[in-house]
Amino acid sequence: MPPLLHDLIYMLLFPGLLFLMFFAFAAEYIDRKLHARLQNRMGPPWFQPLADFIKLAAKQDLMPVRADYWMFRLTPIVALAATLTAFLYIPVWGRHGLMSFNGDLIVVLYLLTIPTFTFFLGGWYSRSVFSMIGAARALMQLFAYEIPLYLAVLAPALLAGSWSLADITAFYARNPLYAAFNVVGLGVALVALLGKLERVPFDIPEAETEIVAGAFTEYSGRLLAIFRLAISIEMVVGATLLAAVFLPFGLAGSDSFSSGAIGFGLYLVKVIGLVCVMTLMRSLLARLRLDQMINFCWKVAAPVAFLQVLLNLSVKFFLPA
Amino acid sequence: MTDKPLSGFVTVPIGPQHPALKEPENFTLTLAGERIMHTGMRLGYNHRGIEKACEQRTFIQALYLIERICGICSHSHSTAFVNAVEEIAGLELPRRASYIRTLIAELERVHSHLLWLGVAGHEIGFDTLLMYTWRDREVVMDLLAKLTGNRVNYGINTPGGVRRDVSDEQKQEILKGTDVLEERTKYYIEIATTEPTIIGRLSQVGKLSHDDAVRLGAVGPTGRASAVDRDVRRDDPYLAYSDLQFKVITDDHCDVYGRAVVRVLELMECYSLIRQLVRNMPDGPIAVKAPRKVAPGEALSRYEAPRGEDVHYVRTNGSDKPDRVKVRAPTLANVQVVAHMLKDGYLADLPIVIAAIDPCFSCTDRMTAALVGHGPAGEGVMTWPQLRRHGIEFYRRQGIDFADLNKRLRSGGHH
Amino acid sequence: MRQVLSSVFRKPATVPYPFVKAPMPANFRGKLQFDSAKCIGCKLCERDCPTGAIRIEKVADKTFEAHFDFASCIYCAQCVDSCPKKAIQATGEFELAATSRQSLQQVFHAQPKAPAATPQAAAPQAAPKDPSKP
Repeated sequence: MPPLLHDLIYMLLFPGLLFLMFFAFAAEYIDRKLHARLQNRMGPPWFQPLADFIKLAAKQDLMPVRADYWMFRLTPIVALAATLTAFLYIPVWGRHGLMSFNGDLIVVLYLLTIPTFTFFLGGWYSRSVFSMIGAARALMQLFAYEIPLYLAVLAPALLAGSWSLADITAFYARNPLYAAFNVVGLGVALVALLGKLERVPFDIPEAETEIVAGAFTEYSGRLLAIFRLAISIEMVVGATLLAAVFLPFGLAGSDSFSSGAIGFGLYLVKVIGLVCVMTLMRSLLARLRLDQMINFCWKVAAPVAFLQVLLNLSVKFFLPA
Repeated sequence: MTDKPLSGFVTVPIGPQHPALKEPENFTLTLAGERIMHTGMRLGYNHRGIEKACEQRTFIQALYLIERICGICSHSHSTAFVNAVEEIAGLELPRRASYIRTLIAELERVHSHLLWLGVAGHEIGFDTLLMYTWRDREVVMDLLAKLTGNRVNYGINTPGGVRRDVSDEQKQEILKGTDVLEERTKYYIEIATTEPTIIGRLSQVGKLSHDDAVRLGAVGPTGRASAVDRDVRRDDPYLAYSDLQFKVITDDHCDVYGRAVVRVLELMECYSLIRQLVRNMPDGPIAVKAPRKVAPGEALSRYEAPRGEDVHYVRTNGSDKPDRVKVRAPTLANVQVVAHMLKDGYLADLPIVIAAIDPCFSCTDRMTAALVGHGPAGEGVMTWPQLRRHGIEFYRRQGIDFADLNKRLRSGGHH
Repeated sequence: MRQVLSSVFRKPATVPYPFVKAPMPANFRGKLQFDSAKCIGCKLCERDCPTGAIRIEKVADKTFEAHFDFASCIYCAQCVDSCPKKAIQATGEFELAATSRQSLQQVFHAQPKAPAATPQAAAPQAAPKDPSKP
């Protein structure tokens, strides 16, 4: 296969855009169904997320008169593009993503920050009170969860001695027991990811009963569909990142199809497992207030993540691989 | 962090259409960042003219209208009204009827408090609690449907008694349902007192000190959570309450958490009351014959609704229709404390603070007869015919002609 | 938490409504039914109805038909209590959504009475005119 064709297929069909879309729908379905079953309800049928997407996409786009035309329309697309791009760097088939270089971990984290900024910009340029409050909350929340997330994700990289996702995966494939040191970091990263995805208990920026839908209040039709798809994909990509960094087992070192497929199957299981954990949190907890959330992130999550970094540094010093 | 203003002050309209409000009402907030500096309130979106409409209906007809003041505490309103009518007419309510009315009243309290618990869960983003409490609420709703023929608007009252009897089989079902609910309520008490995010969202929120509660006239669980030890069931017993043993639950947390505690503990009291009522229900007739026309007189009837004290005033003139009906719903007494409780709070606490008084805005919305400044001479008090003419003309100016509208509705539909 | 987890394996508390219907209790106050044979034309139901949804009309000597407006009816079933002859009964039927007010107007025609009533007067009325009537 010519490399260009391979790359195109990787980007657009598998495991890029098309696959990711359907995987995101599947993850959303699992999330909703499990949430419903945890609440002793029936839950939606399997095609509900896709049906919702099609329904929204078929609806009219309404834009507030005072909203900024370009900012209002571009932000959903940028959010989607950023999450899709981030996915290309994370290994899911074999130990390499489509693109890989030393430092791609940082790039992925950076790309995953962009959606939050688009929520902020989209909300801010909607020029409606609820959107603007939601936008400000999204940004404030960003400052709270970003530090613990970075610290937690960087800890395993420190232990592996590389900023490249491929190298980290390879390192833990060689020394699988070292991954056990990162359990605390996984917990912190998961909590921070909940904040990033604006899910209960950190769904403060879109708290329905307070500020309607936060930054998305004014969005409708196709643009809302794209935003929602971006959030679903962000959930999958975020879980993929955590799976790649904290649970790097089973990804094949060789290029053979079967070992790649096994690794890929394991990857699906890991991501769905993480989604289920997030759903469980959503079912068990109430929404925090912004000040409580910031307090929690700065006073609990960040120090714990910092301890994880210290632990990994000492492990690296005393128990070198 | 949260004290940082966005750009000076922001004015946020909460309502009349807003996901936090189940009924239209308007709260205009002035925010500095997330902090609430000032709350303005506007009532009246739900005014339906029920009091005036009662004057054109017979007592039997008015009873069903009164019942529809509120969807949740419908029995409260209809009982308060029918108690007043019976007092004027000098009717002696049979003891069995009085027990059945009290039984429905307590079942209604159970369903109302469970509903509140679910709504409170939803307002703080804890939807699992909402789903669970509302699932369990179905138990009491089914009981009410079996006893009265409907899940809400039970229609059990009639002047002089009740319309449906309670069979022995139904008594067993009530006792069984009460056991199930008691078990579940114990679980909710456990959740409410141990789950950290719930405690974090409820405690120290919407503070209302004892003195303020008394000064602003808070009633029901809102007042009792600020240690205002008042309950009409004990202080001025009506129906069968003087025969029953129960505690009045009070709490001194003075915040939303206290209000939640009062309600769940009141649920436990309700179960004990229901058991007493079912076990000690006397035999006998369930209704006495009520005259269609009621002698001239007036009566004030007090009733402890799930949300607080409900007051009905009825005046009769010897005809088969009431001369005047006045309803003071508990939310009217409580809504004034909301602005006080919101002051210096966070925007995020607004839904739960409003929900904590268990508001029922459509019960509350009554119009006062005095419209100062709109009279034909520029100001003064309008008489009823003047007000009616003013209303008709006001709407005609807006392009709505009621005479025409009525004609079209009668002729059937939109064609 | 144990409660929440265990509910995954529990049967859902909700039912898929249009396909599975919850049973109505025996004394549910649903759509009303009128038996003209029992009606004596005292019009107590008409007088007590809070919304004026009932109209009783005399079609022949001692024969009455009832016009019900189910769009105004509030299903309080006061008419059932008021009727001295139990000519009106509440049924368990509760699915009464309709697209027009007209289809909720229902006339319960007088059935031709036993020899006593004049058959000629009642017979033309017996044919169902209302499309919503089964």
